[in-house]
Amino acid sequence: MKNRILWMLCFLSISIASAQEYFPDNGGLKEKNTNYTAFTNATLYITPTQVVKNGTLLIQNGKVVASGKSVNIPSNAIEIDLQGKHIYPSFIDPYTDFGVDKPKRAEGNGRSPQYEASRDGFYWNDHIMPENEAISKFDYDKKKADEFRKAGFGVLNTHIMDGIARGTGVLVALNDDEGAGTRIINDQSGQFFSFQKSVTSRQSYPTSLMGAMALLRQMYSDADWYAKGNSKTKDRSLEALNANKNLVSFFEAGSKDNNVRADKIGDAYGVNYVIVGGGDEYEMLDAIKKSNARYIIPLNFPDAYDVSNPYAEKYLSVADMREWNQAPMNPKWLSDNNVEFSLTTFELKTPSELKGNLMKAFTYGYDQTKALEALTTIPAAFLNASDQIGSLQPGRFANFLITSGPIFDKETTLYENWVQGQKNVINTKDQKDIRGNYKISAGGKTYDVTLTGDVAKLKSEVSVGDTKYPSKIEYSDNWVSLSFTDETTNEVFRTTGIIPKGDQNFSGRLLLPSGAEQEFMAVKQAGTVSEEKKDKKEEDNKNEVVPITYPNVGYGFTTKPKQQNMLFKNATVWTGEEAGVLQNADVLVKDGKIVSVGKDLRAGGATVIDATGKHLTAGVIDEHSHIAALSINEAGHNSSAEVTIEDVVDPEDINIYRNLAGGVTSIQILHGSANPIGGRSAILKLKWGEDADGLIYDNSPKFIKFALGENVKQSNWQSYSRFPQTRMGVEQMYVNYFNRAKEYEAKKKSGENVRYDEEMEVLVEILNGERFISCHSYVQSEINMLMKVAERFDFKINTFTHILEGYKVADKMKQHGVGASTFSDWWAYKYEVNDAIPYNAAIMASEGLVVAINSDDGEMSRRLNQEAAKGVKYGGMTEEEAWKMVTINPAKLLHIDDRTGSIKEGKDADLVLWSDHPLSVYAKAEKTIIDGVTYFDIEKDAQMRQNVKNERNKLVKMMLDEKNGGAKTRAPKGKDKREFHCETIN
Amino acid sequence: MAVLGTTAIAQQTPAPKQTEAITITGATAHIGDGTVIENSVLVFEDGKITAIGNASTPTKGRTINAQGKHLYPGFIAPAKSLGLVEVNAVRASDDQDELGEFIPNVRSLIAYNAESKVVESMRPNGVLLGQVAPQGGGISGTSSIVQFDAWNWEDAAVKVDDGIHLNWPNSFRRGRWWLGEDRGYKPNKDYAKQIQEGVDFILNAKAYGSGKAGEQPNEAYLAMQGLFDGSKKLYVYAQGEKEMIDAVTTLKENGVQDVVIVGGYEAHKIIPFLKKNNIPVLVRQPHALPQREDDDYDLPYKLPKLLVEGGLLVGLQNADMSNFQTRNLPFYAGHVAGQGLDKEKALQLITGNTAKILGIDANYGTLAVGKSATLFVSEGDALDMRTNILTHAFIDGREISLETHQTELWKRYMEKYSRE
Repeated sequence: MKNRILWMLCFLSISIASAQEYFPDNGGLKEKNTNYTAFTNATLYITPTQVVKNGTLLIQNGKVVASGKSVNIPSNAIEIDLQGKHIYPSFIDPYTDFGVDKPKRAEGNGRSPQYEASRDGFYWNDHIMPENEAISKFDYDKKKADEFRKAGFGVLNTHIMDGIARGTGVLVALNDDEGAGTRIINDQSGQFFSFQKSVTSRQSYPTSLMGAMALLRQMYSDADWYAKGNSKTKDRSLEALNANKNLVSFFEAGSKDNNVRADKIGDAYGVNYVIVGGGDEYEMLDAIKKSNARYIIPLNFPDAYDVSNPYAEKYLSVADMREWNQAPMNPKWLSDNNVEFSLTTFELKTPSELKGNLMKAFTYGYDQTKALEALTTIPAAFLNASDQIGSLQPGRFANFLITSGPIFDKETTLYENWVQGQKNVINTKDQKDIRGNYKISAGGKTYDVTLTGDVAKLKSEVSVGDTKYPSKIEYSDNWVSLSFTDETTNEVFRTTGIIPKGDQNFSGRLLLPSGAEQEFMAVKQAGTVSEEKKDKKEEDNKNEVVPITYPNVGYGFTTKPKQQNMLFKNATVWTGEEAGVLQNADVLVKDGKIVSVGKDLRAGGATVIDATGKHLTAGVIDEHSHIAALSINEAGHNSSAEVTIEDVVDPEDINIYRNLAGGVTSIQILHGSANPIGGRSAILKLKWGEDADGLIYDNSPKFIKFALGENVKQSNWQSYSRFPQTRMGVEQMYVNYFNRAKEYEAKKKSGENVRYDEEMEVLVEILNGERFISCHSYVQSEINMLMKVAERFDFKINTFTHILEGYKVADKMKQHGVGASTFSDWWAYKYEVNDAIPYNAAIMASEGLVVAINSDDGEMSRRLNQEAAKGVKYGGMTEEEAWKMVTINPAKLLHIDDRTGSIKEGKDADLVLWSDHPLSVYAKAEKTIIDGVTYFDIEKDAQMRQNVKNERNKLVKMMLDEKNGGAKTRAPKGKDKREFHCETIN
Repeated sequence: MAVLGTTAIAQQTPAPKQTEAITITGATAHIGDGTVIENSVLVFEDGKITAIGNASTPTKGRTINAQGKHLYPGFIAPAKSLGLVEVNAVRASDDQDELGEFIPNVRSLIAYNAESKVVESMRPNGVLLGQVAPQGGGISGTSSIVQFDAWNWEDAAVKVDDGIHLNWPNSFRRGRWWLGEDRGYKPNKDYAKQIQEGVDFILNAKAYGSGKAGEQPNEAYLAMQGLFDGSKKLYVYAQGEKEMIDAVTTLKENGVQDVVIVGGYEAHKIIPFLKKNNIPVLVRQPHALPQREDDDYDLPYKLPKLLVEGGLLVGLQNADMSNFQTRNLPFYAGHVAGQGLDKEKALQLITGNTAKILGIDANYGTLAVGKSATLFVSEGDALDMRTNILTHAFIDGREISLETHQTELWKRYMEKYSRE
């Protein structure tokens, strides 16, 4: 509250726009106006659902006194007759940065990253600024206010649109006439959050979405810890966060999946965010519905792409085109699913675009009453301000719109937008409707004149017979000016006349081409002008919306594939078990499990698949993948155990499908190698079509990525300030972190009130053997070192990944009990792989290690069978041994070998049917099955290709029509799609 | 495993000249022109093949019994910077990309490291020849073709300054994310201008060539002259349909005799055009992701097959991969065969066809009398990883070592563990 008082003082010293009653007034005499204004005979929308015909709205001192059918009009009331007109509560936009300047980007200081915070006495991360108050930066913007009022808005919620925690907002009425003392409805209207870093600081952390999520979690638990009086020092950020705890929290998530991410964070800390979405919610309605959150939805429907150039068209995916086609359904589908949402002009170029987009949504079936609610009562409720705004019940601010008819009708004119009882004329309501057909005589000819369009913005058409002449009309303040060019004589006629109140015709002065003037009379003809024809055309053009698929990209399923009982007959079965390779064998799958392996099995109702001449194996498992993730490295700190890839799984990555086509059924998405202690993994089954949670293993084993060598030393880019810079430093970093983790755990166990530290919690899991390390490693010295560090702290390293010099210390690895996941033949790309040899896998295997071949690459992962086969060439492994390197061995390394990785009764039916020997360069995966569900089938794929082509053609045609119909289009642009590797940072 | 022995054979010591006739008998000979001779006999003397035929062909000199094995011409890797860079991340070892937009006078051959460990690692997989090309810029420079068993670059040279390498501009380009643009593709507004710059350079080079001798020498223009008389080929790196059409049309119009497309991701869409203009394609290796989300997952796998079936002259390259990957050349061909292309036709993609495209087919690329004895024997099918196991390899009749830095380390550590 202290700040508020300061602000009030500040306000006093500047100017007094509108004197408060207790303020001295030296500019005149103090008089009071206690008169009422009564708006009568209107169609009055007290709320979107409480509509009164011939209603009266009575206001006084900027507030609604009464509204309804029978309102007592006091004698000291000015009465305004609104016969035929409509009154609506004015709109509220809950998410803007109105009157708050965009913060300035921090100046760069070269390439070297900034690891520490710039501020003192605040939270340790600059991007957390809950202490910011929009009111301190707020400067009422009359020009913008006018734009918003023209679009029907009366109240805006605004804030500093910058940073992860952004501080509090301001609820402001668009009242130009009175000062801040009146127009500021609430200067603590809510707290604001997002996943985006502040531009005002160059502090590196967080560099990733998953880092931002971890930071938010830590912020909330720190706030709780701080509130309990545990901090010895003052933290103004946490204090503000705690002080504002009871305000509404708004979260700008910006996309369907980020909505769900924000909601999860909120759920964990008891915060019920109002989430600002992305307009793409329709693509995951179930999850949005399940989130049970309140949403603010932008109405920025994408323009069609200009696909007239086929060479440019190819840069668009069918998913890009669908977005244009499907997005206008978003409001309807959300409201059909009873998702509670308000609308916003956020992401629109100007508020004036709102109406067009609303109209579009209506043609796609969005309900107008719902839309009105989403612009009035719902945002008011979100803002906890229903007793002040959003409706015209008594006691609310007199914020309302006067229109010529139903507010969302195309032809309706917005006359007035009253804010806090102050009138703002948008279009004069007293202007007479002169639309119709006229005859004008001029220069000896009679011209037919047709006036159509908006009452205030007329369109004219001048013709003689079938010949049309260019014309222009202006109409304001009851004066009309019409000019037209007779193209047969190339003569310009200009008229100007006044519209009389009680007459159908109008007359005035006609300026002839000769310069001579004469009187003219425009005589109104019988009949009405209708644009029925056009309406009918619109009807014919019924918007065709292409179906949503799972996921909603090319090669998505129109219906999710179902589990199937199946019997593979007469296959060469690679069991991956002691049974070895069985010739002419059968495998029976029931309820997602392998139920029997043998000869001449009975189908018992299962679908029989003739596998004669084909090979059946367990699904391929990639221990080291970076597909299907939105970010890979949190590079802002040298330790980032607090982040998890599970937070950023991308179920729409086409590489999931492509991996399936290469026989891959399970992957571990590892964090990158930017730091010695990386982030936690996500282990997935590639169930194409499921959402992120559906992909992640149930009861997933817990893993974390560690990394050694050149990447964590930042050897290959210009960075000299982050510890460690040497392999010597890497060891000490581990020792230091594990010492701290031990101390953390000891304190916790002793019952001491310890600050919850997600990073330490994860390290404690490692110490306790509950979380496994997969460590990026190259040279023998560092491999040996990490094993020694682990032994010192009494745990085991689970996996060395890459491990290109593993062959040099295979005996030591065996002794430690660590497994190896390596490339088949990569080397020469950096200094530390000089001694990488393709015989590595074979040597390590010969020493008795569990060895897997991994990809670290979305391309290689789809032919890991070939990579495994190189074990036969380089070092002479047996074929069965080689095959295990991409199936049961990685399953063992990932601790999922009890579920998958081999063909054995009781295991998950994760299977691949190959056209040929699976290690052969000539083999193709024909069917890839996970838990008994066929996710890839080479025959269905052929059909899907055709479907993608057909749908592209259809959408291209629709977009061409849109362009030819005069709609705005945009140049084709490829998606911001990225392939990740370990070292991907930016 | 102790069988492997302890003595590492000296690597990189180039083999001496062939002194006696050598005959390889009993192998399935894959000629490299699409044909096979079962149970073959192949004789070579003084580095040249003197006889090849069925079992009845007379043998001569030393005989290598390759019964049950397979005999291949040495595989040829085009459009790589092998020997120009050793370790990608170590700048000091990188000599592949010189400054300048149009620098045809920059020559790869004189920087070629004949003792590169990366080059050496090609040989055990049957990759015995390569075209060493400079990288980057508009015109990157001039390549030469080398063999992979040499004391120095002069020794290595098979064809000096064989071609010029031109990176055709893209009509779409990636957003410059480091400048705050988003990373997606967008139209390249400078496309026409960039083409014009290249055309201007070519026109100037041509005008220079028609000028009188004795003028101020211009090495860049001078280096271009071979393009106009057909003594040098122009390797044009282009992927898109539009880019390829623009390139071929523009270059032909401006007097370039022999154009080879390198890349050709969309070449299957313009097969008649390429055929009409007699343009060979060095197509991208199948081990690549589709460039666009909606593309068939196996488009990179089957693309070479589509082009062969369309009647084009096609070779395989892996220009956009790290150099070390080039030893996988045989498996690229194998992968294409897995898409239904006849195996011998797939083999042509890395032997006979490539030799034709590079203009060294008089001496290399197929097993034929009079050609260089650059060939190898493999235990099995050399296009499949499991059976690509070389027992003998020859370059110009010299029996080369199949040892490398890598095999030495392998043996060294197997020895270590065998002691324990």
